[in-house]
Amino acid sequence: MSFGPFLLLAVLEGTVMAAVLALTAVGLSLVFGVMRVVNVAHGEFYMLGAVIAWFVTYYLPFPPALVWLAALIIAPLIVALIAALTDTLVLKRLNYDPEATIVATIGLLYMLQQAALTFYGPDARPVVAPFEWRIQLPWFGYSGYKLFVVVAAVVILAAVWLFMTRSKAGLVMRATQVDRDTAQAFGINVDRVYAGTFALGGALAAAAAVLIVPIQQAHYLMGHDPLLLSFIVVIIGGLGSIRGTLVAALVIGLSDGIISMFFSPTLAKIIATLLVALVLVFRPQGLFGAKA
Amino acid sequence: MTQKLIGVAPSRRAVLKGAGAGLLAAGFAAPVWAQAAPVKLGFQLHRTGIGAAYGRWYERTAQAALKVVNDAGGINGRPVEIVFEDDGTDPKRGAEVVEKLTSQHNCDLIFGPLFSHVVIGSAPRAGELKVPYLVCSEGFHVAGGMLNRWTMQPGITDVRAQVSSMAPWVLANLGKKVTMVFPDYAFGHDHRDFFTAAVEAGGGEVIAQIAVPPTETSFTRYLPQIPRETEVLYHVMVGPAVLTFVKELGEFYGTGAKPQIFGFIDSLEAVDIASPGLEFLEGTHFWEGHCRAQQADASEHEIAYRAAVGVDANGASVSDAKDVSTYAHMFSVWETLHIIKAGMEASRYQGTADRQKFVEAVEAMTDMPESLAHVQGDKVFNGKTHQVFGHQFISKVEGGKLVKVHTTSIEDSMYADAVDYTTQSF
Repeated sequence: MSFGPFLLLAVLEGTVMAAVLALTAVGLSLVFGVMRVVNVAHGEFYMLGAVIAWFVTYYLPFPPALVWLAALIIAPLIVALIAALTDTLVLKRLNYDPEATIVATIGLLYMLQQAALTFYGPDARPVVAPFEWRIQLPWFGYSGYKLFVVVAAVVILAAVWLFMTRSKAGLVMRATQVDRDTAQAFGINVDRVYAGTFALGGALAAAAAVLIVPIQQAHYLMGHDPLLLSFIVVIIGGLGSIRGTLVAALVIGLSDGIISMFFSPTLAKIIATLLVALVLVFRPQGLFGAKA
Repeated sequence: MTQKLIGVAPSRRAVLKGAGAGLLAAGFAAPVWAQAAPVKLGFQLHRTGIGAAYGRWYERTAQAALKVVNDAGGINGRPVEIVFEDDGTDPKRGAEVVEKLTSQHNCDLIFGPLFSHVVIGSAPRAGELKVPYLVCSEGFHVAGGMLNRWTMQPGITDVRAQVSSMAPWVLANLGKKVTMVFPDYAFGHDHRDFFTAAVEAGGGEVIAQIAVPPTETSFTRYLPQIPRETEVLYHVMVGPAVLTFVKELGEFYGTGAKPQIFGFIDSLEAVDIASPGLEFLEGTHFWEGHCRAQQADASEHEIAYRAAVGVDANGASVSDAKDVSTYAHMFSVWETLHIIKAGMEASRYQGTADRQKFVEAVEAMTDMPESLAHVQGDKVFNGKTHQVFGHQFISKVEGGKLVKVHTTSIEDSMYADAVDYTTQSF
């Protein structure tokens, strides 16, 4: 394949990856920014989203497009509920102590993973795409659904952005992020804000998974990679900075797409990890993070 | 109408008498049962992890074969039982499972593992524990001499034999310039090395080798590495993402020009060939160790085997048409269990002290004609290399079904011995 089409395909693949990564990482970043909780179980929320999407599309008797849309609503809702419960039952009781919450979410990671293994099984199962549409370019074909994933991710991210900057709930969340004690003194129910933030973080991961699951398959071990990449993105972008997360997701997604296509996927991972190390050494707060 | 229910109910005395008699009977029966203590076989199962689809069907096949063996009187007149242990398709856990089956469950021997990295990780432990270890792994590591006297592969042919016997057909019918896509671990490396050698020996050329990590979930990025002048695309893939791989291959070529495609059915094991997005496979070819769809010339033994395991004529479970089997590989479990029976009976196996005699009995085996014990077809066992040789099938996708178009001979797949395990000490 000649250079032009080769680059085009690499950019397409990178963009899809960046879009899904941005959704997942923004969830992680929000939770850290507002709650100061490093959620190691974030990848399992992603996995749960995909698994629930499989159950929804398998058991609801609608046409593919409708059933997928149902999954896009139901899966994030259920995951949000689980996340909110985790917050009230576990994280709150630990007083959001950073070390304790890390250990607790590691425990949660294994519990969710094993629960999925028990109730869903060890197989990778496909979810039908809402539509089958293949774009035929002169050099190669490409899945139209993948492009749709990018559009959908951008729409969801824009909604999150609007929610955070324009709505009262977003204002309350940002206030809590800036100063928890003062926010509480002004009558903000911090407990509810925390539960809501954790739920939103989980829901975003689940939504990303519903978008990706018609391309990949739902599998109980699928949470590992998104977790790792989300951490890379969030560390580079600056923990708690949504803008930084988006920019970093775009950089990591595109560079991964291009490097892995022109060189090798392993090299792409090496470079991403190296970037994390460099950021941690020279700019520990991340590219867009505020100084702690 | 009146009924005298009271008279029917047993009195307390009768119940006590009955229970006492039962206890006595059980007491007398116990020593009789002890004489026929069951033969205990350990099964190292990929129930979870990347081999889970195989594990599910290997367990079913083992249960079906167990029933057949027990219905026919067991082994040496003793009933047989199988202890299944999950290794998570993980080499480290594999070695632990070998240990557990041998030391805790006191199994007479162990069989069943498939994934080559797990086998390579587990076999040394079996050698140390001096327990017979019968693998269903396909890799060349058994016949290549990497393992030990206790490890044997009598139930399935190895990759070297498979690819070298089929290469001439591929070169003659599909094309001479080949690009290979394979998983980047031992099993894939066997494909790379031996198919490349066979193609070169046949006057063809492998123009690109594309290695993909077996845990990869996205494949489009690898596909542009396929050179434009490729005449035959050779693919073999494993793991939970195989469907994604084939789908993305289809998206990549779309309706445009594409090379001839020759795949190992591994890329589609446990996947419905009629899945949306796989239409492009129509007219492409696959290697099958055992034909998934029941062929017109299927033997009575194969039909009986299919029914016993619970697989329909399309290769899916009889109870769920969406649950597609790993048909091309799972016969190895059935055949291995029957070889265990034959080996134990030939060596008059009594207990774990006879393990060495069992290995020697299997090493002495040669011809294995097609029968209910060898449902995939005739085989020849090489006791020196611990490896069996058999027929390979090439199928073409016609109307969404795999139809057999070529069967290789056993002689085509033979190669010079690379090792003589019989000269090694136990």
